[in-house]
Amino acid sequence: MASNPNPTPTEYIQHHLQNLVLGIHPENGLSFAHSSEEAAAMGFWALHIDSLMWAIGLGALFCWLFKKAADNVTSGVPGKFQNFIETIVEFVQGSVKETFHGKSELVGPLALTIFVWVFLMNLMDLVPVDLVPRLFAAIGIEYQKIVPTTDVNMTLGLSFSVFFLMIYYSIKIKGIGGFLGELTLQPFSSANPIIKVLFIPINLLLEGVGLIAKPISLGLRLFGNLYAGELIFILIALLPWYLQWTLSVPWAIFHILVIVLQAFIFMMLTIVYMSMAHEHH
Amino acid sequence: MNLNLTLLGQMISFAIFVLFCMKYVWPPIMAALEERQNKIAQGLADAEQGAQRREEAEAEIDQMLTDAKAQAADIVAQAQKRGNEIIEESKTGARSEGERLKLAAQADIEQEVVQARESLRQQVGNIAVSGASKILGQEISPDSHAKIIDELVEQI
Repeated sequence: MASNPNPTPTEYIQHHLQNLVLGIHPENGLSFAHSSEEAAAMGFWALHIDSLMWAIGLGALFCWLFKKAADNVTSGVPGKFQNFIETIVEFVQGSVKETFHGKSELVGPLALTIFVWVFLMNLMDLVPVDLVPRLFAAIGIEYQKIVPTTDVNMTLGLSFSVFFLMIYYSIKIKGIGGFLGELTLQPFSSANPIIKVLFIPINLLLEGVGLIAKPISLGLRLFGNLYAGELIFILIALLPWYLQWTLSVPWAIFHILVIVLQAFIFMMLTIVYMSMAHEHH
Repeated sequence: MNLNLTLLGQMISFAIFVLFCMKYVWPPIMAALEERQNKIAQGLADAEQGAQRREEAEAEIDQMLTDAKAQAADIVAQAQKRGNEIIEESKTGARSEGERLKLAAQADIEQEVVQARESLRQQVGNIAVSGASKILGQEISPDSHAKIIDELVEQI
């Protein structure tokens, strides 16, 4: 669409929702996709370069900021920067302590990484929708989606990682038998062994759906909220420039709440899932 | 909804960030927070102890002040009493001294009177003897007439 100076609204929206895709095209080989059709033809063997680049950049920013604070940390009177970082860390630690009662080296850092990283990725939503794509278009890069959490790959990547950790700790703490027992021997149970065996498929169906639903809902909730928010920003951007502020300002202010809330929900649910994996029922 | 390799890339970067956070970010910050917590707890305990010590010291000071006041009052009372005694003593001393001096003076006076009377008597005797001898025109020996003279003197 960069070639088209006056896109129709549909074209404009589609352009904004298209990632920068690097993949193996059946005809062109390894290349950047120049349209959504080309991107779709690449199938699974494709990378959303923009999402990954922004996500890794923001993750590196998180690591750099917090490492800087951790290197200069003092148990005496903290400076302003240390105070700011400590506030976040203490908030996360408080949430972890409230919900997760086991002992784990992982859950705290995991929750902190998720909270700050998801927050930073969501924060990109407040950057004006046209600013970065225009800048990239100026240097010849056609597509640019700067909010990684509006890419379902990114949110599901996070939630599947959490899901694998959940399975891993379930099996590690309860043993393979305990994990399978939780899947098959409840909620319906009986003292009679024959009825107990009869209940196994029903239980497996119920618990299996519940288990699979966790990572899907975790990832799609974040994706849905941010995607919808971004879409509304794009729609507002279709208004005449002198009217945009009447809608974009209230929506942006409301979105400040959404981006923090979604980061918090993702972190909280991760802690809850990890806590469930560590506890016997 | 086009799932692709990005998912895997995101999972790998997520794992790296979590590991980084777990190794370099979380432990030092937690250690510092814990250390500060301990410091504050220690400080609070110290403050409490200090307050308790101060209370004890204040009670001790009160006690000492009361003691000192009582002691001072005692000393003042004793000094007053001693002063009164000294005054009383010197009064008595002075009175008895005066009395003694008076008595001595009276004794002196009496002695002088006696002496004066004695010498007067002697002189009157002599005058009488010389008068009598003049009248009689003859020597009257004081020795031979001593008896008469003495009688005369007695009568004076």
